[in-house]
Amino acid sequence: MTNETVIKTDKLTKRFGDFIATNEITFEVYAGEIFGFLGANGAGKTTAMKMLCGLSTPSSGNATIAGFDIYKQTEEIKKNIGYMSQKFSLYEDLTVLENIQFFGGIYGLTDKQLKAKSNQLIETLGMQNEAKKLVASLPLGWKQKLAFSVAILHEPKIVFLDEPTGGVDPIVRRQFWDLIYSAADRGITIFVTTHYMDEAEYCNRVSMMVDGVIKALDTPDNLKKQFSASSMDDVFFELARGAKRKAD
Amino acid sequence: MKQFLTFVRKEFYHVFRDKKTLLMLFGLPIVQIVLFGFALTNEIKNSKIVICDYAKDEATQQIINKIEASQNFDIQKTLFSHRQIEEAFKAGNIKLAIIFPANFNNDLSHLHQAQVQIIADASDPNTANTLTNYATAIIMDYQQELMKNNVVPFRIVPEIRMLYNPELKGATNFVPGVMALVLMLVCVMMTSVSIVREKENGTMEVLLVSPFNPFLVIIAKAIPFLLLSIVNLSVILILSVTLLDMPINGSISLLFAESILLIITALSLGLLISNVAQSQQAAMLISLMGMLVPTMLFTGFMFPIENMPVPLQVICNIIPAKWYYTIVKSIMIKGLGFSAIWKETLVLFGMTVFLLVVSFKKFKTRLV
Amino acid sequence: MRTLKFLLQKEFKQIFRNKALLPLIFVVPIVQLLILPLAADYEVKNINISIVDHDHSTFSRNLISKITSSGYFRLADYSNSFQSAFNQIESDKSDLILEIPQGFEKNLVRENEQKLFIAVNAINGVKAGLGGAYLNQIITAYNADIRLQWFQSDKFNTAPVITVASSNWFNPFMNYRFFMVPGILVVLVTMVGAYMCALNIVKEKEAGTIEQINVTPIKKYQLILGKLIPFWIIGMFVFSVGLFVVARLVYGIVPVGSLLLLYGYLSIYLIALLGLGLLISTFAETQQQAMSVAFFFIMIFMLMSGLFTSLDGMPQWAYIIAKCSPVTYFIEVVRMVVLKGSGFSDIKNHFVIMIGFAVLLNGLAIWNYKKTS
Repeated sequence: MTNETVIKTDKLTKRFGDFIATNEITFEVYAGEIFGFLGANGAGKTTAMKMLCGLSTPSSGNATIAGFDIYKQTEEIKKNIGYMSQKFSLYEDLTVLENIQFFGGIYGLTDKQLKAKSNQLIETLGMQNEAKKLVASLPLGWKQKLAFSVAILHEPKIVFLDEPTGGVDPIVRRQFWDLIYSAADRGITIFVTTHYMDEAEYCNRVSMMVDGVIKALDTPDNLKKQFSASSMDDVFFELARGAKRKAD
Repeated sequence: MKQFLTFVRKEFYHVFRDKKTLLMLFGLPIVQIVLFGFALTNEIKNSKIVICDYAKDEATQQIINKIEASQNFDIQKTLFSHRQIEEAFKAGNIKLAIIFPANFNNDLSHLHQAQVQIIADASDPNTANTLTNYATAIIMDYQQELMKNNVVPFRIVPEIRMLYNPELKGATNFVPGVMALVLMLVCVMMTSVSIVREKENGTMEVLLVSPFNPFLVIIAKAIPFLLLSIVNLSVILILSVTLLDMPINGSISLLFAESILLIITALSLGLLISNVAQSQQAAMLISLMGMLVPTMLFTGFMFPIENMPVPLQVICNIIPAKWYYTIVKSIMIKGLGFSAIWKETLVLFGMTVFLLVVSFKKFKTRLV
Repeated sequence: MRTLKFLLQKEFKQIFRNKALLPLIFVVPIVQLLILPLAADYEVKNINISIVDHDHSTFSRNLISKITSSGYFRLADYSNSFQSAFNQIESDKSDLILEIPQGFEKNLVRENEQKLFIAVNAINGVKAGLGGAYLNQIITAYNADIRLQWFQSDKFNTAPVITVASSNWFNPFMNYRFFMVPGILVVLVTMVGAYMCALNIVKEKEAGTIEQINVTPIKKYQLILGKLIPFWIIGMFVFSVGLFVVARLVYGIVPVGSLLLLYGYLSIYLIALLGLGLLISTFAETQQQAMSVAFFFIMIFMLMSGLFTSLDGMPQWAYIIAKCSPVTYFIEVVRMVVLKGSGFSDIKNHFVIMIGFAVLLNGLAIWNYKKTS
């Protein structure tokens, strides 16, 4: 893990009319780290992530992602990142293999690379029997793992994960995080939002958003010491208790 | 009852919060009335024609004047040669060419006979026929004038009276058809899509799991569209009466009662489609291709049913809108009462019952 | 370029896997092309007439036989009472009534003039007008016949007679299907193309996959092209099947003009039409909205296109609206090329206008589609 900054924001703000979704958030993410972007529902996490991905234009403030400007170089940003949305957006009416080939091709992988990567991916996930099946027929946990793998197919600098583990059992979640670890080992920076506080423990550093503002940013251990809490759950309670915005 | 109203209220929210769809629901009938009432007509007016006059004498000039004065024709050009006629047809909208041979007047006065040639663009045979008839009538008129000095014995004088629609307005034919079309469209398409959307979203399961009779869920869905359709109907009637001078010679309450019957028929059809369609796209396309186009065609307001080959005429009987169209014409324009339309009403009623039974049965099996 | 290839592969796979949609795109238009032209026949024939004959003379009987043998009319009823004839009209069993008064023959000879009474159900104005005109024609011809029989006088031989020779070009058999089929084909291709395209982007919006696409380096124009090309190909295919299989085999319609010209125009028309569908798609948030808006426009375009009713009879404002619709132009072109064999110089203007539509609509669609909101 080097100290190269891959994400740097400076008072990044997004307003929807009178409503300020994210309020002058400022932080840095370093290459290769697993950065947890926590907060309750409605705190502004998804809005922030969409800006960083180039899906939404900020109202004010600045940011660079992978060295590219968030206003002027959104297309460059997109070449260097991966994304997994809350809905795990794979094409349900295409097969596993077809989804891999499509997204790989879009990101510019050559045919040879595609072939190699898809075989590798299918083996890693153990989906040899499912390769030619429609994604719609897969159980939720497999869709999730597949979506993640597809998001990093092109070995991007950063991968953004928006609540990636919703709705699956703890074993599957654990397997998913194994995948995240191996990606981080390869040097991919992981930017993950979640409201499962136990997953916060898996991250290198964690930030906590409440009511559109970053209330805390540090390693999980330091945060627990700071708030005299035994778990990240308790840290969250401390910070979010006074929150005015409760739901998405 | 209170629970039922809760459902109904939710359905109203769905409908009224979707502004773009609402625009279509209300806008379409108004647009259709305006179009059918003012823009679309089967009458043949202002048809562009060309004249090729080799004679250029007094007789031809008089005939040409008559033609120019007629509303049916719009003389575009005067041509000088036969060859130009074919070019003119190919290049554009010319529908008819009239050719006067040289020495027309001379022939008429001295030989007592002359010929005029009419060439019609028969790509549209109907227009060709009609225009040829009109042109011939004008020429015959001129001939009559020449003969005026001779007293004609044995004159049979036909007196024609136009019933129900003395001004031969197109609206009387179209408006009942538009009523049928709009009601069918809104009720069938909207209902089926709305139900399927809940299926797709997964919210249907939630509703079905509630301690609520699932049939009432469906009925709750239908109610906003029922009310919307009644509003639409009223708008159409008001517009037709004020803008298009349509008469309402019969009982308005009977008209509304029959309309509600058609609405229920349409809603049942929408329900049936929603059982069959797996996605919104499918529901939409089935409603459009499978219901709208046949309704437009087979109701009888765009194309006369008696012109169709017999097998198609049989198909017309399956279309609910066809029966409704007859009922509306009888009530609105002919001013007849229930005794004249009880048969058609019975048919509609039978269709409704049939559709409801089939769709409820299908709906039930899907649940179990 | 490679990106486009991947996009197209995905789109085609999705279209062909959609079992519900395939028959609707391919089978239904063809079926409708078979049925619609059979139904769409504006010719006025088989008019039902009820005759009330109070005279029962040779004259009245001759007149009646002339009417029934004319081919325009079908004798629905023959009776003594006007009321019973009127009941027929009320119950739609008859379209018009001819009442021959008592003493018709006698009075015509004695007083040189006699009236006949005709009552027409004018709810369908056109039918009534033509029906009345036909009946009038028959009566006039009958009148002339009587005069000839009774009054063989030289006076009438010096009356000037104009004969009208009429001929029909481009459709010598006066087959109404020739007129309707090309137009209906246009309408079907239009409906399929516009709806499919309008729903397409919206479906991805609803499913969330559009976000996944927006986050990739795919360029806007690549995305739009990727959506356009599959439906363009489908549109061409449906049109070809309609033209070469249905129109030719079932109706015997063989295009007189250049096929190259026709297909050239079709290509541009499809681009314009699909552009409209895409444009609608970028505005709508749900499939229901896209469908409603698309339907609204398509219905107006269809009705005003000159397919069912003539543009000539429209008031000025309606004419302008009709001229703003791409469908109007294509229907004109199809009829001109298929039936009259018009050439490129004849439809030059149509080409220019359609290219304008295509550029405008697709440009707007690309401009309005935002990868970043």
